[in-house]
Amino acid sequence: MLEIKNLHVDLEEEDKAILKGVNLTVEAGKVHAIMGPNGSGKSTLSYVLSGRGGYTVTEGSATLDGENLLEMEPEERAAAGLFLAFQYPVEIPGVGNMTFLRTAVNAQRKARGEKEISAADFLKLVREKAKALKIDADMLKRPVNVGFSGGEKKRNEILQMAMLEPRMCILDETDSGLDVDAMRLVADGVNALRDEGRGFLVITHYQRLLDHIVPDVVHIMSDGRIIRTGGPELALEVEKNGYADILTEVV
Amino acid sequence: MAAPQAKESAAPLARPLPEGGVWITAARKAAQARLAEMGLPQRRDEYWKFTKPDSLTAPEAPHAVLFQGEVPEVFGTVDRLRIVFVDGVFDAQASDDLALEAVRIERLADVAVQDIHWARDLYGTLEARGQDPVPRPLAALNTAQACDGVLIHVTGRASRPIHIVYVHKSETSDAILHHCIRLDEGAELTLLETGPAAARFNKVIEVDMAERATFHHLRIQGPDHERRAITHTFARLAREAVFKTFTLTANGVLTRNECVVEINGDDASAHVAGAAMGGGDFHHDDTVFVTHDALRGESRQVFKKVLGNGATGVFQGKILVKPGAQKTDGYQISQALLLDDDSQFLAKPELEIYADDVACSHGSTSGAIDEDALYYLRARGIPRPIATDLMVVSFLAEAVAEIADEGLRDEIIGHFEVWLERRHG
Repeated sequence: MLEIKNLHVDLEEEDKAILKGVNLTVEAGKVHAIMGPNGSGKSTLSYVLSGRGGYTVTEGSATLDGENLLEMEPEERAAAGLFLAFQYPVEIPGVGNMTFLRTAVNAQRKARGEKEISAADFLKLVREKAKALKIDADMLKRPVNVGFSGGEKKRNEILQMAMLEPRMCILDETDSGLDVDAMRLVADGVNALRDEGRGFLVITHYQRLLDHIVPDVVHIMSDGRIIRTGGPELALEVEKNGYADILTEVV
Repeated sequence: MAAPQAKESAAPLARPLPEGGVWITAARKAAQARLAEMGLPQRRDEYWKFTKPDSLTAPEAPHAVLFQGEVPEVFGTVDRLRIVFVDGVFDAQASDDLALEAVRIERLADVAVQDIHWARDLYGTLEARGQDPVPRPLAALNTAQACDGVLIHVTGRASRPIHIVYVHKSETSDAILHHCIRLDEGAELTLLETGPAAARFNKVIEVDMAERATFHHLRIQGPDHERRAITHTFARLAREAVFKTFTLTANGVLTRNECVVEINGDDASAHVAGAAMGGGDFHHDDTVFVTHDALRGESRQVFKKVLGNGATGVFQGKILVKPGAQKTDGYQISQALLLDDDSQFLAKPELEIYADDVACSHGSTSGAIDEDALYYLRARGIPRPIATDLMVVSFLAEAVAEIADEGLRDEIIGHFEVWLERRHG
C-alpha cells in the first residue's frame, strides 16, 4: 500500500541531507514500527510523507496505492487516505474541535466525490467515537487542542483518525508525554482501527508502546536509512541493549 | 487647526443648517461654530495621517456601486425591535412600532420641530466634549447637519434589543444620522446596527449613562465594498456603568470608526472591540480614545484586522488616565493578520498617564498566517482556502470573545462564517 523507494530528503533551510535512501513497504492490514535514536530522520519521514513544507526530495519516490504522494498537496494526500497523528498537535484558538472535525470529514468526502455528512449523523458518530477514547463533550466543544493536556492532545489525534478512517495511518511518537493509562487508551483506539484494509506506520523511541500496539514488522532507522528490519523481537532487543549494539553491528 | 482653505471643503461648511425648533437650532448653530473653528480634516492633520479624509469631505458622495451578492440575514433569530433607514431616510413600513417597555423611542425628525425636548441636554453635548483634546470635525458636521436619527431614553431594563437596519439602495446617497441614547440609573439596553447605509455615511451616536447603567452595542458593517463611512460613538459613563461595543466589518473602501469614551464615575467599565476583514482597496480605520477620570475604572480595547491583496488597516488607540484616576486598569491590543506582503497595518497605540497607581498595558502586532497550523489543518484534508478561513476565524476570536452575550456572539460568528463560505462560491 505505502511504498517508499530510495527516498532522499534535504532540509531546505540548512541544505542538509536528512533522509539518505529510505526503502520501506507497508502492506494493507499490517503494522510496521520504526524505531531509532534521536535525529535519525523518523519524524522527517512522517512530515515528508504528509506534505509539510521545508523539505526537498532530491531522489526516490513515495506512493500510496500506486499514486505519487510527493506531487500532492497535503490535503490531497489526506483525501487519498493518508493520516499523520502529530507528535506535537497544533493549538488553534477560537475554532471549536467539532467544527474542525466536521470541516475535515466533509472536505475529504467532497474531495472523493462523496456526499457531505449531515449534522445529526456527524454528531452521533463523533459522540460514539469520542466515548471510546474517553473524550467528553466539553473537550469536543473546546477550541482545537487549546488547554488540552499532553494525553488529551494525543487522544484527540486518535479521535481524528477514527473519524477520518484513513487507509494508511502514521503515528509520530504518539506515546511521548503519555502516562501508562493514557497510552493504553491511545493504543486501544489504534487497535480498534486495525483491519485488513488499513496499514500502520508507528514511529516510536520506546518499545513500551509496542507492547500495546503489537507490530508485524520492526525497522531500525539511523542516519536517514533503515538499517535493520525484523519481527517484534527486534524491539525487545533495542529495549534490552539500546541502539548502540545494532549501530555498531551495521558499521 | 488652520481655517479651511481647500476648495473642496468649502461646500459642506457653507451648507445651510436644516430648519428646526428652538432646542435643535441652538445645538446645530453651536456645532456649526465648532466646525467653522476647526475646519474640515485635511491630509496634513496628524490625526488623519493614515486615512485620507478627501472622499469624506468632498461636496458630493463618491459614486458607490450597489452590492450584488446575497447578504445573509443577521440577528434573524433574535427577538428585536427593528428601525429601518434606507439611504439615511426612515422607512416606516419596514420598521416596527417604536414602542418598548421601559424605553422611549423617538425620531429626531419628529422632535426637531419642537421647541423643547429632553435630548436638548444630550444632542451634541458629548460630541462637543469629545472635541478636546483632539478635534473631530466630521462629528461636529454631523451634529450641525443631521436631520434624522433615533432618540432613545431607557428608564429600566429593555426587554429586547433595538436593531437599527441601514439599507443602501442609491448609488449616490449621502446619509447623515445622529442618534442619542440616555440610560437612567440601572437601565439596560442592547443596540444592534447592521447594513451598509449609503454610498457615504456619517453617523454619530451619543450614549449618556447614569450610575449602574449597562449598554451593549453590536454592529456589523458590510460585506458590500463600495461604500464610505465615518462614524463616531461618544459615551459618558457614571459610577459602575458598563459600556461594551463590538464592530464586525467586512470590506468597505473606506471606513473610519471613532469611539470616544469618558469614564467619569468610579468603578465603571468600557470595552471597545472590533474585528475587520477586507482585501484590495479596503481601508479600515479604528480610532479610539478612552479617558479615565475616576477611581478603579476598567477599559479594554481589542482590535483585530485581517488584510489581504494590498489592503490597509489603521489603528489609533489612546488611553488617557487623568490625575487622581487611581487603580485604573487599562488594556489595549491591536493586531493584524497580513495575508500577503502587499497589505499594511498602521498602528499608533498611545498611553498617557497622570496617576501613579494604575495598571495599563498595550500591544500591537502584525504577522502572517502560522504555517504550522495551516499544515496541520491541511493534513486533515482541509483545502488551503478553507484552512485559511479557519485561521482567520481563529485570529479574530479574541475580539469576538469580547461580546458578552453568548447568543449574539454565536449570531456574529455564524454570520461571519457564512460570509466566508460564500466567498468561495
